[in-house]
Amino acid sequence: MKEELIISGRMNPKIDPVLNIWHWQIPLYLFLGGLAAGILFFSALYIILGKEDKFPTAVKKAPLIVPVLLVIGLLSLLLDLNHKPYFWQLYTTIKFQSPMSWGAWTLMAITPVSFVWAALNIKEIFPKWDWKYPFIKDFEAWCRKQMVPWAWVTIVLAVILGVYTGILFSAFNARPLWNTSILGPLFLASGLSTGAAAIMLMSKNKEERMTFARIDILLIVIELFLIIHMFMGFMASTEVQIESARLFLGGKYTAPFWIFVVGMGLIVPVILEILELARKKVPIIVPASLVLFGGIMMRFIIAYAGQASRWLY
Amino acid sequence: MRYAMAVDTKKCVGCSDCVVACQTENHVPIGYCRDWVVEVMDGTYPQLEIEIRSERCNHCANAPCVRCCPTGASHFSDGGIVLVKPTKCIGCGACIASCPYDARYPHPEGHVDKCTFCLHRVKKGLQPACVAVCPTKCMYFGDLDDPKSDVSVVLKKRKWKTLIPEAGTQPQLYFLI
Repeated sequence: MKEELIISGRMNPKIDPVLNIWHWQIPLYLFLGGLAAGILFFSALYIILGKEDKFPTAVKKAPLIVPVLLVIGLLSLLLDLNHKPYFWQLYTTIKFQSPMSWGAWTLMAITPVSFVWAALNIKEIFPKWDWKYPFIKDFEAWCRKQMVPWAWVTIVLAVILGVYTGILFSAFNARPLWNTSILGPLFLASGLSTGAAAIMLMSKNKEERMTFARIDILLIVIELFLIIHMFMGFMASTEVQIESARLFLGGKYTAPFWIFVVGMGLIVPVILEILELARKKVPIIVPASLVLFGGIMMRFIIAYAGQASRWLY
Repeated sequence: MRYAMAVDTKKCVGCSDCVVACQTENHVPIGYCRDWVVEVMDGTYPQLEIEIRSERCNHCANAPCVRCCPTGASHFSDGGIVLVKPTKCIGCGACIASCPYDARYPHPEGHVDKCTFCLHRVKKGLQPACVAVCPTKCMYFGDLDDPKSDVSVVLKKRKWKTLIPEAGTQPQLYFLI
């Protein structure tokens, strides 16, 4: 039998014995970014399709929370930086090969767009809102005339933001668990699903809730498919990826992943939503909250488990 | 010009002089290290084999840390040496997560820090601190493009390996075996 004992003299804080460079800030931001992308996606989609009146919550109400989500996300990203006073260096250059650079510029574009989007709908909540200055009113009137082009810009940015949250991880060849291109579509699907769940929570219109329950069922099925696909890919790959998949197949993260993410976050809500479509009485708050919970757990578990996976040498 | 280093695993005794020399030369903060010694014990008693390696940044030719850096703080300097410019570094940790050798660490001042192959010494014609101080003279440093440099000569004479070349990083730290 061959045995191997490795002793390393290195004990750098946050690096050894297991990489621990990214904490709660990154997964929290990835969740909020995905949620914001999901809400903006549906809001813009129904404007492009010309169905504003059928989906009032998705188009008008839900976008009001997006700037809040993005600002909290941006603050948590800033908190994550170790060299905070230099954060502006992100905006002195564009690095096409660095996903983080892409993300920084996408956020730079989508945050102001989300503020405009919210401002156009602020009268939904505060009917007496007055913009006071005529130039703001002119800008508002101009924006209202350009709703469809605005929606196209928003929908493209929302998809980039949603995919980017996964690509941020998958670009790291050094962490085998993250190094799968499935993470991009998986995080996009999960972001759209959490967006649909948030709209369901806010909506008072039964028909709108039913439509989003249908959309959410489809998205959850896609997510389950992608997760199975991801593990098939890992198990058919090299030793390092087999080893990293074992974190979820008997290793340390098995119980949290399969119970919180797959069980409570995907399978239970999909069953409840199907029951609801079958006209059974299900309080919508239950599946919608579970989807949001599953979304946040997925980001946290993948962020931490990825840092625990490594090359073997 | 392509700077590289070779470490003789047959001669290295694991004394950690290279580690201390680096910490002193480069004012590495207490509790951190830019280079370190790894001992790999193979087999079952009494058939044991040991390999001792003095490891550091591999100054990869295809460096994932340079690719992932969003600001350009991680960059290639003279002879392919990978450096971090502290005033450009935002401390996001992308390069740390991208390094399969975990050769980087967050400096307590916020920016990311790592081995520089002692470029400040090399520019003066000196050897890197770890190479200069090694009591068994097990380390070789030089320019791979120069066939007469110490490192080129020893790599031609001896068998060698690099660490996880399958990670696609094209490491430039060679281990003589």
